[in-house]
Amino acid sequence: MLKTEELQINIGPQHPSTHGVFRMVVTLDGETVIDLKPVFGYLHRNHEQIAEQNSYLQNMPYTDRLDYFNSMANNHAYAMAVERLAGIAVPERAEYIRVLMVELTRILNHAGALGFLLNDMGMWQTQLAFGMREREKILDLFEAASGARLMCNYFRFGGVARDLPPDFVPHLRELLVAMPAFVDELERLLRENEILIQRSEGIGILPKELALAYSVTGPVLRGSGVPYDVRKAEPYSVYDRFDFDVPVGSVGDVYDRFLVRIEEMRQSRRIIEQIIEQLPDAQGGHINPKARQNVRPPVADSYARIESPKGELGFYLVSDGSTRPYRYKVRAPSFINLTPLGDMCRGYKVADVVVILGSIDIVMGEVDR
Amino acid sequence: MARLSPAELRERLERDLPGAVVETTPLQISPPPAHGPPPGPYSTDDTLVAPDLLVEAACYLRDQLGYAFLSDLAVVDFLHAGLFELMYRFYHVDGGPALVLKLRVPRADPRVPSLTPRWPGANFHEREALDLFGIIFDGHPYPKRIYMWDEFEGWPMRKDFPRQGDKYIGEDE
Repeated sequence: MLKTEELQINIGPQHPSTHGVFRMVVTLDGETVIDLKPVFGYLHRNHEQIAEQNSYLQNMPYTDRLDYFNSMANNHAYAMAVERLAGIAVPERAEYIRVLMVELTRILNHAGALGFLLNDMGMWQTQLAFGMREREKILDLFEAASGARLMCNYFRFGGVARDLPPDFVPHLRELLVAMPAFVDELERLLRENEILIQRSEGIGILPKELALAYSVTGPVLRGSGVPYDVRKAEPYSVYDRFDFDVPVGSVGDVYDRFLVRIEEMRQSRRIIEQIIEQLPDAQGGHINPKARQNVRPPVADSYARIESPKGELGFYLVSDGSTRPYRYKVRAPSFINLTPLGDMCRGYKVADVVVILGSIDIVMGEVDR
Repeated sequence: MARLSPAELRERLERDLPGAVVETTPLQISPPPAHGPPPGPYSTDDTLVAPDLLVEAACYLRDQLGYAFLSDLAVVDFLHAGLFELMYRFYHVDGGPALVLKLRVPRADPRVPSLTPRWPGANFHEREALDLFGIIFDGHPYPKRIYMWDEFEGWPMRKDFPRQGDKYIGEDE
């Protein structure tokens, strides 16, 4: 093939498919990507240092702003880290409510992520509108429980801010009854879709060994065939009581990641059904009445991680015995999942870059922190 | 799943990698307050390794013990004690709790060997630590700032970084 001059272009920082303010410096030979360097920092606000100047409770709403799609999951990881540091017990009922909220978050995140992925492929709006329609229903439930749709600020140390409203579970049941039809419809729409298959099969392959070496987590890791899920690997909260599967892909291409997300929505629904069954028998209230919110933990460090919809979300805290964390570190899944982006895109066409980035599913609020 | 506890890890490392494990000493995070009882010292159960042998210890965890997944790297600035503590978390692919390696370097000369050549997943973690704390990772293939712009001076997450003022805004006007 004729060798042409290399061309360096910038995708972003303002680009509809970069999911925020994010830039990729792409070196091209014709239309083929030979190198890609991500450039971060457009949304950097030194989240960690601001958090070190806040009290422990003041940080709870601030974690909402990390991954603004999944505020409940962020709350969960942070609450767990502080509870380990201060030695706060969580009643059983509160644990069930927490897991319920995080699993609902997973469904809405994946519904949105799949819609956006299709958007990136040039299939305008229809699938995104389908996903957003389902997301709205879950957001209504969040609003009923926490008072807010996106920035929920629902978790407290030792439980959650308030108990579920009386009509929450009936509405949730309705949602669960309608959900399989939606997921099946979405899968059918996409699985038999010529555009999707052409654009995603064999694109952005991340082999198993490379995925592990690059420390990626979440659906990206499982799409590459590694059955690693924090909910199974190191069960936290009440996840050891539920029966669910960890879906994995085989090749590690964009298509596999998409299938893993579809299946995870079904598994989350299974977990929620088991929660509804077990919730009435759960001991305790929605919060530990002895838990103080203005905590002053002893001098120590603690770490907590959860399986957030985007991957492994971890919080590392060091206390110096005061009311503010001495060190507050977020292990953001979106950020680390971007590490292999250059390798995943190398050798593919420039139009595939957008799709591969979409399949990683990032939120810049969390990447740049 | 039976996994190694920190004490067992220390034993294994002492046996197979002499000189890697360093004695942990408790340190004071902050100066004693003017009133009231002073807070206790900060001590850790985790394994403290010598910076020179970090790469060997990490590879031992991966190749001999199967802890192939490097999850997190966090830096803590202990200004009062005059050192940085780095925390590395490794997980086993089959599950179970983490093995943690920690190391301490003086604030005056924070040099640490880079894991990135052997462990590509450490790349962004190390660049973040370089950007915000000014830790120098020897052997990193692309040691550039990751969040702040290249011309930025100073290390924003250090405890002695000024938290007020506009030192960096409009400097060249």
